[in-house]
Amino acid sequence: MSGLDILEILIFLGLVLLLVKPLGGYIARVYQGQPTRLGRALGPVESRLYRVMGTSPDQEMGWKTYALAFLVVNLIGLLTVYALLRLQRLLPLNPQARGGVPPDLAFNTAVSFTTNTNWQSYSGESTLGYLAQMLGLTVQNFLSAASGMAVLVAFARALARHTSRTIGNFWVDLTRGVLYVLLPLSLAVAVVLVSQGAVQSFGSYRTATLVQSTVNAQGEQVAQQTIPAGPAASQVAIKQLGTNGGGFFGANSSHPFENPTPVSNMVELVSILLIAAALTYTFGRMVGDTRQGWAILIAMTALFVAVLSLNVWADTRPNPSLTPIGVTQAASPNQSGGNMEGKEVRFGAASSAAWAAATTAASNGSVSGMHDSLMPLAGMGAMLLMGLGEVVFGGVGSGLYGMLAFVIVAVFVAGLMVGRTPEYLGKKVESYEMKMASLVALIPPMAVLIGTAVAVAFLGPRDAVLNPGAHGFSEILYAFTSASNNNGSAFAGLGANTPFYNTALGIAMLVGRYWLAIPVLAIAGSLAAKKKAPSSAGTLPTHGPLFVGWLMAVVVIVGALSFFPVLALGPIVEQLMLH
Amino acid sequence: MGVAPTTMEQLRPDHVNRAAMYRRAVFDSFLYLDPRATARNPVMFVVEVGAVLTTVLFVQALLGSGEAPIGFIGAVTFWLWLTVLFANFSQALAEGRGKARAEALRKTRKETQAKRLKGTAEEWGVSHKIDYELVASTSLCKRDLFLVESGDLIPADGEVVAGVALVDESAVTGESAPVIRESGGDRSAVTGGTRILSDWLVVRVTTDPGEGFLDRMIGLVEGARRQKTPNEIALTILLAAFTLVFLVVVSTLLPFSTYSVLTSGQGKPVSVTVLVALLVCLIPTTIGGLLPAIGIAGMERLIRRNVIAMSGRAVEAAGDVDVLLLDKTGTITLGDRQAVDFLPAPGVEVESLAEAAQLASLADETPEGRSIVELAKERFGLRGRPVGTGTPQSEEEQTARFIPFTAQTRMSGVDLEGRMVRKGAPDAIYNLVAGAGGSVPDALRAEVEEIARAGGTPLVVAADDRALGAIYLKDIVKGGLHDRFIHLRKMGITTIMITGDNPLTAAAIAAEAGVDDFLAEATPEAKLKLIREQQSGGRMVAMTGDGTNDAPALAQADVAVAMNTGTQPAREAANMVDLDSNPTKLIEIVEIGKQLLITRGSLTTFSLANDVSKYFAIVPAAFVAVYPQLNALNIMRLATPQSAILSAVIFNALIIIALVPVALRGVPYRPVGAARLLRDNLLIYGVGGLVAPFIGIKLIDLLLVALHLA
Repeated sequence: MSGLDILEILIFLGLVLLLVKPLGGYIARVYQGQPTRLGRALGPVESRLYRVMGTSPDQEMGWKTYALAFLVVNLIGLLTVYALLRLQRLLPLNPQARGGVPPDLAFNTAVSFTTNTNWQSYSGESTLGYLAQMLGLTVQNFLSAASGMAVLVAFARALARHTSRTIGNFWVDLTRGVLYVLLPLSLAVAVVLVSQGAVQSFGSYRTATLVQSTVNAQGEQVAQQTIPAGPAASQVAIKQLGTNGGGFFGANSSHPFENPTPVSNMVELVSILLIAAALTYTFGRMVGDTRQGWAILIAMTALFVAVLSLNVWADTRPNPSLTPIGVTQAASPNQSGGNMEGKEVRFGAASSAAWAAATTAASNGSVSGMHDSLMPLAGMGAMLLMGLGEVVFGGVGSGLYGMLAFVIVAVFVAGLMVGRTPEYLGKKVESYEMKMASLVALIPPMAVLIGTAVAVAFLGPRDAVLNPGAHGFSEILYAFTSASNNNGSAFAGLGANTPFYNTALGIAMLVGRYWLAIPVLAIAGSLAAKKKAPSSAGTLPTHGPLFVGWLMAVVVIVGALSFFPVLALGPIVEQLMLH
Repeated sequence: MGVAPTTMEQLRPDHVNRAAMYRRAVFDSFLYLDPRATARNPVMFVVEVGAVLTTVLFVQALLGSGEAPIGFIGAVTFWLWLTVLFANFSQALAEGRGKARAEALRKTRKETQAKRLKGTAEEWGVSHKIDYELVASTSLCKRDLFLVESGDLIPADGEVVAGVALVDESAVTGESAPVIRESGGDRSAVTGGTRILSDWLVVRVTTDPGEGFLDRMIGLVEGARRQKTPNEIALTILLAAFTLVFLVVVSTLLPFSTYSVLTSGQGKPVSVTVLVALLVCLIPTTIGGLLPAIGIAGMERLIRRNVIAMSGRAVEAAGDVDVLLLDKTGTITLGDRQAVDFLPAPGVEVESLAEAAQLASLADETPEGRSIVELAKERFGLRGRPVGTGTPQSEEEQTARFIPFTAQTRMSGVDLEGRMVRKGAPDAIYNLVAGAGGSVPDALRAEVEEIARAGGTPLVVAADDRALGAIYLKDIVKGGLHDRFIHLRKMGITTIMITGDNPLTAAAIAAEAGVDDFLAEATPEAKLKLIREQQSGGRMVAMTGDGTNDAPALAQADVAVAMNTGTQPAREAANMVDLDSNPTKLIEIVEIGKQLLITRGSLTTFSLANDVSKYFAIVPAAFVAVYPQLNALNIMRLATPQSAILSAVIFNALIIIALVPVALRGVPYRPVGAARLLRDNLLIYGVGGLVAPFIGIKLIDLLLVALHLA
C-alpha cells in the first residue's frame, strides 16, 4: 500500500463527506417543497407533470395508498422491462440485431432493475440493444432510485409529524426525486465522464484489425476485434448515483469505455456513496434535528471505514498462492503491487479494493475489478457489507430506511435499558413497529441463507460453480447475498445464467426489496399517527457517541450472528487455508 | 364470620415458608413442561422441541444406531431439559411468592353471612327501617344494601350510605390502626374482608360477587390474570424474530456442511444433536426463560410496597411517566398549616389582635385553628378557654354563639356579647368589613399581600366593622422532598404541584419545595384540563387522588394511584391503589416501573451478547472435522469438539439459574439520566455478556476434562 493509495482513499472519503451537507440540505428542500434555484427553472415542468398524473402536492396519502402507488410504479416498470427484453428483436434502435431475451433471463433482469439491484446474468454488449438499455434499464435506474428515496422521505416525514394520518404523496416524491435530484446530478456526472472519454453514441459496433493477431480459447486465429459502442456514459452516471450498478458493458466500470481515466474513476467512486450519504443530512433536516442525521452518518462511515481498511489491507498484500510461482507482487513504479489477480491494471489493488468496499456498502454493485479474485478476507468484507443488510450507506433511500429499522431495534433494547417505553424522536416504539422492524432486519439474512441452502442442496445449481471447495461455496453465497440485499455485484465464477439461478435470484431480489420497503412504510404510517413526545432527561439520546456505538453493535451483531457460520465455511476457511 | 384477620405483615416473604415455596416451585417446573404452557413463550418452546428431538436421537442411539456417541447425545439431552426446567423454575418461583400471599388472602375472604336489607336503596332511604335477612356474602349483588354492626366482617366492597364506624382494615392494608368510615365525603368506601370495630354502617354493594377488591387482589398476586404487557409483547416479538432467524441459520447449516464435506472430501456432516445444541445456545434463552419471572416479580415488588396495580400495563406505564401531578396538601406539605405570626393593622395592639384571633378560633378544631390558639398562648400568655365542648364555665361563654367555617362564607368566628369576631379568607373579611360600614387600611392589605407572596396563607381577623390584622399561616414543606424532586428531574420527570391556593402562595411553596411548576386555584375541571393538555403534547401523566372529585382526573391520567382511604369512585377510576395511602409513593411506583423495563432490556442485551462466544465454541467444533483449519477459531482452546459443545450448552443452562436473583430482584434503577444509565447498563450487561461466557465456557470445559466427562 503506497502513500498515493492512501491519499486516493482519503480524497474519496473527504469528497463524499464534504458534499453531505450541501447536497443533503438541497434534497431536503426539494422534498419539502421549498424554493430552490432549479425549482424556479423546472417548476412549470413539475406542475405540468402533476396535471398529467392528476395529482398535486396537497393531496396527501396514508401509508397504504403510498405503498400501493410505490408498488404500482414498480410493477409497471417490471412489466415494461420484461416486454422490452422479450420483444427486443421487433424493436428499433437495435443496430446489432440482438434477439429476444429468454423468459428466465428477462424475468431476472426486469426484477433486477426495478428493485435497484442490477444483478446482471447477461453481458450488455452481447445481449441488449440500445432501446432496451435506455428505455428499459436506464429508465428503471432512475425510477428505482427515486422510489427508494420516496420511501425514505415518507419515513422521515412520519417521524416529524404529530398525530398525522398521511405521510406524503408518492407521485410528488417520485417526480421531485427524478426531476430535481437524479436528472441534474446524472447530467453533470455524464458530462464529466464524456469529457474523460466515456462512450456516448447511437452508432453500431466498430470492427478493428488487430496489430498482432492472437488465438482464442478454441485455438482459432483471431485477427479482428469488435469494439462495442452505445449510449454508455449516461447510463453509467445514473448507475453510480442511483446505486444501481448495472454496467452498460459486461466488464462494468473496469471497462475503459465506462471508466476511462483516474478522474472518471474518482468521480464514479464518489458518486457511489454520494446520495446515500447526503440523505442522512436530508433525514436530519426533515425530522428537525440534524444531529440525528449526523449520528447515523457517523455510524455508517465508521463501519464502512473498518471494512474498507480490511479490504485494502488484505488486497494490497502479496497473494500467498502466487508467491510460489514467482510472481512479483511488490509495489514498483510500474505496478501498484499486492494481489493483482482480477484487477484492472490502470487502477491497481488499493483502488479496486476501495471500490469493492464502496460498491458493496452502497448496494451499488458496479465493479472496477473482479470480486471473485479478491483475497478471501476482502471478499468476506464485501459479503459482510452486503450481509449487514445494505445499511452501511446502502441503496439511495433504501440504505437509510434499512438503517432506520436497525435504529428502531437499537432504540428498543437501549430504551428498555434506561427504563422507559422506547422512543425514537419522540415516537413510542411498540409491538407493531417491532414486528415490522424485525422483518426489515431479519428477512434479508433469511433469504440469503435459504437461497444458498437450496442451491448447494441440488446437483444442478451446485455444479454451476467453477471453483470447487470453500471458494465455490463463497461464490454461491455471494450471489444470494448480493441479490437478497439488492446489491447486484457478482463474485463471478458462478454460471448464473440458468433457469434456476435466474428465478431463485429474481425471487431473492423481490423479497429483499418489497418485504423491506412495505414494512418500512407500515412503520411510517404507524409512527406518523402517534403523538410526538418532547424529550427530557429520562429520554434516551439518539445522537450521542454512546448510541452511535450501540447502533453499530446492533448492526454488526445481527449481521455477524446470522452470517458467522457461513462465513466460517466460506471466506474464513479459505483464508486459513492460504497459509 | 370469626376468621382471624390476616394482615399483609404476615404475608411478607419472611413469613412464608421458604422451603415449601422452593419445593412447590420445583414441582411446578415439571408441570410447566406441558407444551401448552411453554407455547406462550416462543423461545422456550423451541428449546423444548429441541430437547424432545435429542431425546428421540438418544433413544435411537440406545437402540444402536446413534448419529453421535451415545454419552454425548445423552449429556446434551440432559442439559437441554435442564434449560427448560430452569426457565420454568424461575417463573414458578416468582409466582410462588404471589401464590403464598394469595392463599393467605383467600382465607380472609371465606364465605360470611351478610345482613342484607330488604327493599331497594330508595325505599330504605324513605323508611329508614332496619329490617334484614341473613344471606351468604357471595349472593350479594351490586346495589344491594347490607348492615354491618360492631364485630362483623364486611361481606363485600361497597359505599357507606348511613352511619359512622371504626373499621379495622389491616386485612388488606396491614395498617393496624382502625380508620373511620362514614357516609358522604371522602371516607365512604369499605372493602370486603375488613372488620367493623364499633357502631354500625349501612352499605351499598358496588361490585358483583367475585369482582371485589380482594378478589382482584388475589387474582393479581397469583398471576392468574396476568396478561402480557405492551412492552413485553414487543420484546417477545423481537425475541421470536431472533429465534426464527437462528432457526434458519442452524437448519441451513445441514446442507452447507453436507456440501462442504462433498467438496473437501473429508469429515462428515454435522450431527443433528450438535445443530440442536447450537440452536439452543444461540436463541435468546436467557431473556426468553426469565421474561415471565421478571414481569411477575415486578408486580410482586409493587405488592410488597402495599400497592395494588389493576394491570401490568399500568406498572409499565409508570416507568414512562413524564409529568407527576402532586397535591400540595399532604404530599408536599404537612397536612396542616401552622400560625406563625400576628400582624396587627395600624393602631391595633398586637395583643388585642391575638386575643380576637384566639377567640375566633376557640371552637375551631382544625389544626390551623388550634395552632392559632397555641400561638396566642405562647406569645402573650393568653389562656385558651375551653369553649364549646363540655360544660360552659361562665356566663360570658354561655352567650357565645360559634359560627363554623363553611365553604360559602369562608370564615368562622364567634358572636359574643354583641361583638362579632370573625377570621377568614382576606377577601371574605374585607367584604364583611365593608358591608358593616368599615374600611380596611391599605397597610393591612399590603401586609396580607406580603404573606401570600412569601408562600403563607393570610387570614384576616375582624371585630364588627374593624379589621384588626392578619394571621400568618404557614405551610410546612415536608423534609427530604427537595432532594426527591431533584432526583425526579434527573429521571426526566416534571413535577407539578396542584393546590387550591392562590397563585402567589402557590408560587412561594413551589419554590420552597423545589417543584418544577404548579397549578394554583385548582378545580377538578382545571386539573382535568391540565392532564389533557400534557397528554396531547405527548406526555404521560401520573397523579394521586382520593376524593370523588378527583375521579375524572384519575380516569384521564395514564398512571392514577388512588389512596385506599379514598372514595369508591376514586378507587375505581384509578389503575392502582395504595393501601398505605401515602401520596409520595408514586415516586417508588415510577421506580418500580422503570426497574421492570431496565431488567428486561439488560437481560436481552446480555443474552444476545452471549452469542458471540457460543459461536466461537460451537462453530469450530462442528466443522473442524471437515476443515481442520477452522480450529484457529477455537480461541478458547476448548479440549475437544464434544467438550466445547457441551460446555456451551451447560453454560447456557446455568446462566439462567445464575440470573434468577437478578430477574426477581430487578436491575436497580438509579436516577442519573438516561445517557449515563445506558452507559452503565451497557458496560455491565453488554460488555459483561460478551466476556462472561468466554470465561464460563472455558471453566466448564476445564472441569469436564478434569472429571473425564468429555
